[in-house]
Amino acid sequence: MSQSDTIPQFSKSKSGDGQSVDLTNLAAFSGGVGIKSAREVAAILLVAVLIVGGCELLLRIYAVPEYVMPLPSSIAVALVTEFHLIAPHLGYTLVELLSGFAIGAVVGLVMAAVVTQFPFVEKIVAPYILVLVTTPMLALVPLLILRFGFGYTPRIIAVALAAGPMVMINAATGFRRVDAGKIALARSYGASTLQIFWKIRAPMALPMILVGLMIGAIFGLLTAVGAEMVGGGFGLGNRLTSYSSMIQMPQFFAVVLLLSVLGILIYVIFFLIGKKWASWEA
Amino acid sequence: MDAVDDPNAKLTVRQATKIYRTASGDLVAIDRCNLDVRAREIVSIVGPSGCGKTTLLWSMSGLHGLTAGEVRLDGKPITGPNPEIGMVFQDANLLPWRNLDSNIAFPFEIKGGKPDRAWVDHLMHRVGLDGFGAKMPRELSGGMQQRAALVRALSFKPSVLLMDEPFGALDSFTREEMNRLVEEIWMETPTTIVLITHSIEEAVFLSDRVVVMSPRPGRVASIHPVPFPRPRSIEIMTTREVFDLMTTIKLEIVGERKSLSAPKPAAPPSAALDRAAS
Ligand SMILES: Nc1ncnc2c1ncn2[C@@H]1O[C@H](COP(=O)(O)OP(=O)(O)O)[C@@H](O)[C@H]1O
Ligand SMILES: [Mg+2]
Repeated sequence: MSQSDTIPQFSKSKSGDGQSVDLTNLAAFSGGVGIKSAREVAAILLVAVLIVGGCELLLRIYAVPEYVMPLPSSIAVALVTEFHLIAPHLGYTLVELLSGFAIGAVVGLVMAAVVTQFPFVEKIVAPYILVLVTTPMLALVPLLILRFGFGYTPRIIAVALAAGPMVMINAATGFRRVDAGKIALARSYGASTLQIFWKIRAPMALPMILVGLMIGAIFGLLTAVGAEMVGGGFGLGNRLTSYSSMIQMPQFFAVVLLLSVLGILIYVIFFLIGKKWASWEA
Repeated sequence: MDAVDDPNAKLTVRQATKIYRTASGDLVAIDRCNLDVRAREIVSIVGPSGCGKTTLLWSMSGLHGLTAGEVRLDGKPITGPNPEIGMVFQDANLLPWRNLDSNIAFPFEIKGGKPDRAWVDHLMHRVGLDGFGAKMPRELSGGMQQRAALVRALSFKPSVLLMDEPFGALDSFTREEMNRLVEEIWMETPTTIVLITHSIEEAVFLSDRVVVMSPRPGRVASIHPVPFPRPRSIEIMTTREVFDLMTTIKLEIVGERKSLSAPKPAAPPSAALDRAAS
């Protein structure tokens, strides 16, 4: 009954109590997503052209050898001409990322939801979750490969292990943001514990859940690529090791470029989801 | 002050006592409170902050239980949240991730059933929120949010409306507007209202009776009938009688506070001088 006995202090929850989260605060370049005028677009493009062009120029002037740093133009050419060779590997990486992330996210979310309902359980599992969050899951990949071979399995497990704890720790922060006033409101209509969870706790946690999913997905990508570099004959990470061993630097950088596009895409997707579904907090 | 059961009572509070068990020991929030609220009556509860007003109101709503004593609605003991009872909280307490329409539909999502569209539209019109249904709470002023909260509480036609400092966060002008609105709606609907407020003016304007609670442990110190005709106009509210009643209530609350702090020794003259100097 401890929870139901707590009378909400509305006046307190008004001012910044450190509980509110703003998805856009975590946005490194949130300003860049809401581009306003044609002038801004022109300025952004101009700077990009200057940087890329400047690189190209400097590399040509100083005749930097290709195995040190390829020209931006040759990277672009490699990306286009070799794309049909790289694309299947992009597909493999995406399969690993998506399935590992899905498993990790579901487990992480469920655990966060369950654990926050029982503060005692939370105290017990918290250290282990912290270990999972702080240990790079890449370290386990050689072991996983030993056990599961060079297929998808060890990589998917590694991605899930990397993404899950990130999702869980952030979602748990979200689920812990109890607003006694909103819960009292639901209870005054006779809401059950389950209804309170779905109608109050879950929506209140949503902004933090999205942050967790985004960080989890990015960690998942890191881990997937890292695991591919450790062993197995496929995936973008495998392409990186193989191109660099053959000193095919334009191709190597084409893959790096793809990876950064993938990372940015993850960020943008969650940013847009947050804007649509969790903007009430801003 | 053991009360005899009033046959017209809608809400009956008998010997209501609530003790909070806290880390630093037991805390008696309310102590043997007795109160009868008749059907269609508006009763205000005033008293120093921390005297247990919210604790008492929560017991009436069934949001929490009592340590001793009971609350009855139409003669039946209240043991939990009751569909007959609507609550209005201090801040509007709208769900910020839902627009107004969806906020007003919220009670029905929990209870089941469909809102009476015509009734909700009428209420929205009544409080001046026509066409605001698709707005998000943060797009509205505090007064508008609180009006939406009122619509939400009335949407399922509760026979009892419990309000906990509903307009405490509003400026005095908006607050008076809200008071008039509550009176108007109350005159149209057969609702029993219990209102906690820290504004004696609001209490006198809205109520049939004003209940004064003593400092903790909260007890019902006195009950003042407010015998002025409705609707209460500015003219009535500025009469000598109203002024005298408000003064009586104010003095009583201040007096209660004084009696609480009386045992303290007076500050030594040097302290007074220090204060004067600073
Ligand atoms: N859940 C709780 N646990 C312990 N003490 C509480 C709790 N809720 C309220 N109190 C205490 O009970 C007393 C009465 O509180 P409350 O009913 O909120 O007073 P009011 O509404 O008149 O300001 C206060 O001293 C308050 O600190
Ligand atoms: Mg209170």
